[in-house]
Amino acid sequence: MTVHRTRSSIATLLGTALAIASPLAGSAEPAADAAASKLAHGKYLVTIAGCNDCHTPLVMGPEGPERDMTRMLSGHPESLVMPPRPVLPEGPWGAVAAATFTAWSGPWGVSFTANLTPDPETGLGKWTLQNFRDTLRTGRRMGRGREILPPMPIPMYKNLTDEDIESIFTYLQSIPAVKNHVPEPLPPPEPPAAK
Amino acid sequence: MRIGMLLASLAASLAHATQAPEPLPSSLHDTGLYAEPSGLQVRPENRGFTPQYPLWSDGATKHRWISLPAGQSINASQAAVWDFPRGTKLWKEFSVDGRRVETRMIERLEDGDWRFSAYVWNEEQSDATLVPSDKSRTVSLPGGRRYRIPSEADCRACHAGAAVPVLGFSALQLSTDRDPLAPHAEPARADDLNLHELIAKGMLVDLPRELSETPPRIAAPTPAGRAVLGYLHANCGQCHVDPKLSGSAVPVELQLAHDPSDATAGTKTIHTLLDSASRYSSAGAADARLIVPGDPQGGTLLARMRSRDPRIQMPPLGSAIPDLEAIVLIEYWIEQDLKNNQETSQ
Repeated sequence: MTVHRTRSSIATLLGTALAIASPLAGSAEPAADAAASKLAHGKYLVTIAGCNDCHTPLVMGPEGPERDMTRMLSGHPESLVMPPRPVLPEGPWGAVAAATFTAWSGPWGVSFTANLTPDPETGLGKWTLQNFRDTLRTGRRMGRGREILPPMPIPMYKNLTDEDIESIFTYLQSIPAVKNHVPEPLPPPEPPAAK
Repeated sequence: MRIGMLLASLAASLAHATQAPEPLPSSLHDTGLYAEPSGLQVRPENRGFTPQYPLWSDGATKHRWISLPAGQSINASQAAVWDFPRGTKLWKEFSVDGRRVETRMIERLEDGDWRFSAYVWNEEQSDATLVPSDKSRTVSLPGGRRYRIPSEADCRACHAGAAVPVLGFSALQLSTDRDPLAPHAEPARADDLNLHELIAKGMLVDLPRELSETPPRIAAPTPAGRAVLGYLHANCGQCHVDPKLSGSAVPVELQLAHDPSDATAGTKTIHTLLDSASRYSSAGAADARLIVPGDPQGGTLLARMRSRDPRIQMPPLGSAIPDLEAIVLIEYWIEQDLKNNQETSQ
């Protein structure tokens, strides 16, 4: 974290230096272009990193399962109360998913995908960039709450650069807010009692 | 010319910012805590202190010390956000069943940042060794109990979100008006540093006059309410704090950190607890309340304090055993004081 803070300080200083130096050089990128570029990069990353795969519910369409983009990135629908998890037979099957792909059951328990829209009460509307960065870096909600559960690929996403994380956050804050209170995860089943 | 000077100044600042701090010593003995290279006598300039509302650490016994750079003082003009001088160090020693297990250290570096570390004690109890900070470690204690040494990220989870990363050394915690009902209250030791001595010796400056003249005390309508608010401040307030006070704080509406300069802070917290819906809700259970007056089983605050399921528990880390003494206190407060409206009638 010392490293992060120092990097941040350096970035701030370099940014200040560039802000001063750039007008002299006459090569300043207009701020609006920079913001648009950041937004576009965030949209690109969200698209190719598979965020919609789990955070946008699947519905059955005429051609089969498709993403319900009216609820884009709003997580597990609160209206869909899941029945008890299925009990898997012994063997190599380890996890099951709801037809929406927004509820997952495995050895970790049952996880429900989060609402990533900027709704202030049920999504990320009150989050700061640092809350978002701390979540991805530490695998804990906002860096200090409960651990983020599978299938969220935290071990991979924690390697995102600060710039990528900022772009993703900027894009997520720009999408339509959806009010959807995602339920909390459920613990794994109790191990069978010893006979 | 002016631009050139600015750039030169920035370059100097950049050089300062990139100056790496000294690496942490591998031995606790080299951190400056002890007087002798191999003994366990604490240096006299490292002063012990005992906060009146201790953090629950699964029953571990704790000793705490602080070292301020010679001739420097803490600025307390913001009563709830003390500004510690660069070079400040604090240690906290954890013992279980009479054996030292770990000692944690936090220090303020020259660039103003804070550094966190943990040292684990050896079998002989003669020294403690720096633990790599990348991930938490679990050690086995005699009797088979497992004990978790925090990673640096774990340390920051609690300390970095607070208004100031030093949690147990504050006007309220060091007040000489100590709460006799505080769960796990430890009696102050004779040579402990307290608020009165800090002010008298010039180690603390600019504390608002009302706090320096009258020792801080949580104003609550009942004795149990005072102890509950103190407990929640010490165990929850590091995250449940006004986000404006810390850039990395979580955006919580339930704020439990106590501002000793606000005489109405206790009443405000009680009303927040009673008026707020819980943001936590299990599947199919919407509109949960934090607290239901008269019904200790009815709210999510105690439900999460009772749980040690990592998906549910509060605090979310740092404890594997529920704090029964605190739970009983809060149950009493909800069942008696809140039911009888003693907390809300004033």
